Amino acid sequence: MKNAAQTAFSATSSVLRTIGMTFMHSFRKRETVLYPEEKPYLPPRYRGRIVLTRDPDGAERCVACNLCSVSCPVDCISVVKGEDETGRWYPESFRINFSRCIYCGFCEDACPTYAIQLTPDFEMGEFNRQNMVYEKSDLTISGVGKRPGYNFYRVAGMAVGGKDKGEAENEAKPVNIKTLLP
Amino acid sequence: MMEFTQADVLSVLGTGIKTLVILVGAVLMAALMIPIERRLLGLWQDRYGPNRVGPFGSLQVVADMIKIFFKEDWIPPFADKAVFVVAPAIIMLTSLLAFAVIPFTPTWTVANLNVGVLFLLAMSSLGVYSVIFAGWASDNKYALIGAMRTAAQMISYEVFMGLSLLGVVLLAGSFNLGDIVESQRGLWNVIPQFPAFVIFFIAGCAEIHRAPFDLPEAEQELTAGYHTEYSGMKFGMFFVGEYLGIVLISCLVTVLFFGGWLGPVLPGFVWFFLKAFFFMCFFILLRASTVRPRYDQLMAFGWKILLPIAIVNVAITGAIVVATS
Repeated sequence: MKNAAQTAFSATSSVLRTIGMTFMHSFRKRETVLYPEEKPYLPPRYRGRIVLTRDPDGAERCVACNLCSVSCPVDCISVVKGEDETGRWYPESFRINFSRCIYCGFCEDACPTYAIQLTPDFEMGEFNRQNMVYEKSDLTISGVGKRPGYNFYRVAGMAVGGKDKGEAENEAKPVNIKTLLP
Repeated sequence: MMEFTQADVLSVLGTGIKTLVILVGAVLMAALMIPIERRLLGLWQDRYGPNRVGPFGSLQVVADMIKIFFKEDWIPPFADKAVFVVAPAIIMLTSLLAFAVIPFTPTWTVANLNVGVLFLLAMSSLGVYSVIFAGWASDNKYALIGAMRTAAQMISYEVFMGLSLLGVVLLAGSFNLGDIVESQRGLWNVIPQFPAFVIFFIAGCAEIHRAPFDLPEAEQELTAGYHTEYSGMKFGMFFVGEYLGIVLISCLVTVLFFGGWLGPVLPGFVWFFLKAFFFMCFFILLRASTVRPRYDQLMAFGWKILLPIAIVNVAITGAIVVATS
C-alpha cells in the first residue's frame, strides 16, 4: 500500500514537474535563426559556390591541368586547355554546371595550384536551369581566396614565361648530368 | 392552423441568429486554435513556429485552408465508400451539436435543456463513432489499430467521465448547465470538487484524443492512425473536429468547474472567453510536455485509479449534500 502511494505520488509529481519545466521554456531564448533577415555565420571553409582565384600578381592561377574535372564525381566541370606564347597553360574555357555540382570539394583538393576554391556562399537559386551553368568569367574573382601569397610558378620547377629552370623560390640550380664533378 | 404572432417570429429569428453566431464562432475559434497551437508549441520548444503569413503568422490557417480545399479528395478503392464519407461528418456534427447547450452568458444559450449535462455526454460519446467508422471503412491496418484503440479508450474513460460530473450535478441540484453556473456564484466548483475536476480534465483529454491520450492517432507508431487514408477536406474536417473538441472541453470545464460567465468587473462573455482560452492553452501545454501511455496503461489507469476516485467523490459529495439539506 505504501509502495503504491509512493508510486502514485512520484508519478504525479513527475508529470506536473514536466509540465512546469515545459512552461518555463516560454522565457528561454529561441534557437531559430530567422534566415532571410538574419544570416547565419558560415565558417571560411564552408563548401559553397566555387570560384577561380588569381595569384598575388593578378594572373589567373588555373593551369588547365583538368585534375578538378577528373576528380569531380558528377562530371560537372569542363575545362578546355589553351597555351600562351610563353608556353604557359591556361583554361580557354572553364565551365561549372552548378545544377549538377554536389559541393563535395574534391576539385579544391585536387587542384595543384589552389586556383579552384569553395566559398561560404550558398544563395545561388535560379528560376532558369540554364542560369546555373557558370562560365569562366562568372567563376573568376579578382582576389587570392583562402591562399594569400601563393603563386604556383614561383615555386614550380618548370621553365615558363621567362623563368628558367632553377630560378624558382627555394630551388637549387639544375644538375649538369653530363659531368662527373659533384 | 397555428397562428404565429410577431413575438414568436422574433424569438425564432433571435434563436436562429444566436445559433449562427455560436456555430461560426465555434468553428472560427477551432480554426484559430491551429495557428495558436503551432505558435505556442514553437514557444515551448524554443523555436518560432509559423510567423510569415500575416501578423504573427495568424493567416497561416487561411493559407492552409486554401491549400486543403484544392487538394485531391481521394477515396481509396478498397474503402467502404459510404461509411468512409460519413465518418468525418459525424465528428463535426456531434461537436457542433454539443455547443448548443453551453451557456456562454446568461442569455446566450441555443437550447436551454434541463438535461444539458446528459446531452453533452451523449454527444461526446457519439463522436467516438466517427473514429471507429473511419478506422473500419479505411480498410487499412494502421487505421484499424487506431480505431481499436479508440474503442478501448472509450470504454475506459466514458464511465468515470460521467461519474465525475455527478458531483457537480449534486451540488447544483440540476442537470441544466445554466443552473450549474448559477450554483457556483459563491464558490467555484473546482474547490469542493477538485478530484472531479482532475478526473474530468483527464477524461476530456481522452475524449477528444489529444496528447497525452492521442493513441488513436499516434503519429510515431500508426502513421496517422484512423485518418491515415483521408485527404483533402475530409482530413480537414477531422482536424477541425479535433480542435472543436478542444474548444468544447475547455468550455465545459469553464462551465462546470470555473463558474462560466461569473467574474468581477468585466462582462460575462469576456470572463467565459478568458477562462476557456486558458484551458485551450493548457491543452497545448499538455501536448508539449507529456508522453503517450500504452493503451493498456490508459485502461488500467482509468479502471483502477480514476474510477474508484470518482465513485468515492460522488459518495462523499452525496453524503454531504444529504447531511446539509
